[in-house]
Amino acid sequence: MKPKIQRGVSLYSFQEEMFLGQMNVEDCVSFAASIGAKGIEILPEQNMPSFPHVTDAEIAEWHAMLDRHGCHFTCYDMFLDTKLRKNRLMTDDEQVASIRRDLELCNRLGIRNMRILIFVRPDILERCVPYAEELDVHMGVEVHAPWYLDHAWILRTIEVADRLNTRHLGILPDMGIFMKHYPPEFRARFEREGARPEITQFIVDQHEEKVMCEYTIYEVAVKMQGNPAEVRMAETLRHAPYANPRRIGDFAPYFRHIQAKFYGMTEDCHDPSIAYDEVIPELVKAGWQGTLSSEYEGNRWVQDAEDVDSREQVRRQHVMFERLLGETA
Amino acid sequence: MFDKYIIDPDSFANVGPEHAPTGFSFGTKLGYYRGLTLSMLEDLAVSLDGDDLPRDAISFDDGNGRIGLDEMETAYDRRWNFGAPAKLIVAYPGGLTAGKHTVSLRQQLRISYMPFPSVRFTEKTIEFT
Repeated sequence: MKPKIQRGVSLYSFQEEMFLGQMNVEDCVSFAASIGAKGIEILPEQNMPSFPHVTDAEIAEWHAMLDRHGCHFTCYDMFLDTKLRKNRLMTDDEQVASIRRDLELCNRLGIRNMRILIFVRPDILERCVPYAEELDVHMGVEVHAPWYLDHAWILRTIEVADRLNTRHLGILPDMGIFMKHYPPEFRARFEREGARPEITQFIVDQHEEKVMCEYTIYEVAVKMQGNPAEVRMAETLRHAPYANPRRIGDFAPYFRHIQAKFYGMTEDCHDPSIAYDEVIPELVKAGWQGTLSSEYEGNRWVQDAEDVDSREQVRRQHVMFERLLGETA
Repeated sequence: MFDKYIIDPDSFANVGPEHAPTGFSFGTKLGYYRGLTLSMLEDLAVSLDGDDLPRDAISFDDGNGRIGLDEMETAYDRRWNFGAPAKLIVAYPGGLTAGKHTVSLRQQLRISYMPFPSVRFTEKTIEFT
């Protein structure tokens, strides 16, 4: 029997190496396979140069490539360019048409989960539900920090899904919402940009004590007359919430895929920031089935000081997953 | 996120006749983790040795035809792909002189899910020969 919680990787994780031409998509898939992360999440607008005009032949090539490595697709990350035009927003009809285009490509790729950007309006998604049902694609609204599972904006999507009694609309949590400790990579970057250690320690301590961010920002910017790097660091607290992992069980019926965000792993394969040691037991307890899909986002925080090694970071995260999922003794 | 890589410092060249260059060009990439339709590139602003160069002096070529910045604003069917190198051509009579220059590039992107324009910026010092 296959395990309920499977491991995978989003190609987002390798953006640094792909951007620089050091890895191609097959290198990413091959690496994912080597660490047992067989589920592959893609961003067609990143990984498919012919988007949106992806041909059947190209889709066949993707599947042949996945087969070579024993991998499979898990999730399609869509975008919606409501501001395509400078002079006006997309109309509602245009938004629905754009999402329908993505649902159709998702279906042609044989993918049954679509990450919906969090800013997409619930009433627009409601209009897309019939297409999602017909194409058998679950539209999961990305619950991304600073939003959280119980946020009123997210509850609007849940309300639509409940009212329509559909299995094709729900959410897709990004684990960045469970930032229990301030990421050391953020702090180190701001110190390289001139933030003083006594101030960065204050910000870290305030985050550790879960002081509401606006107090800390005012303290740093006004009372301490913080320098620009210090103020920027304090302002990151607006996007650094720690949501309650115990709420996971209540929302588990609404999601089938998880973006396993992380900013950096320690050498002994622990996440110093995101509370996976609390989140994964809650997922197990809820009997949740789906894929934990690595989303490494540390590159932008360390690239000024060192060569980014996304593979090593992802490898370490999967050692942690194996440990927390009980795959290793 | 990719700010530091958006100017290729080894790509600078003069354009036009060798004895009377009409400008210069350099390689660039889109500082974003996915491709974008050209209409969402609000500005590609270049400065040389501290002077901002005029917007209408700048054109873009990703290998699919040269296009000016104003024309890009309505290019709804053309994308600049993730990680794909392109060239910026800057009208600058006389071109670059030999020696050290400071060049900056500011990419202003209209990202629909962001509440404000998204700006990528880098400045590079180059030795032009």
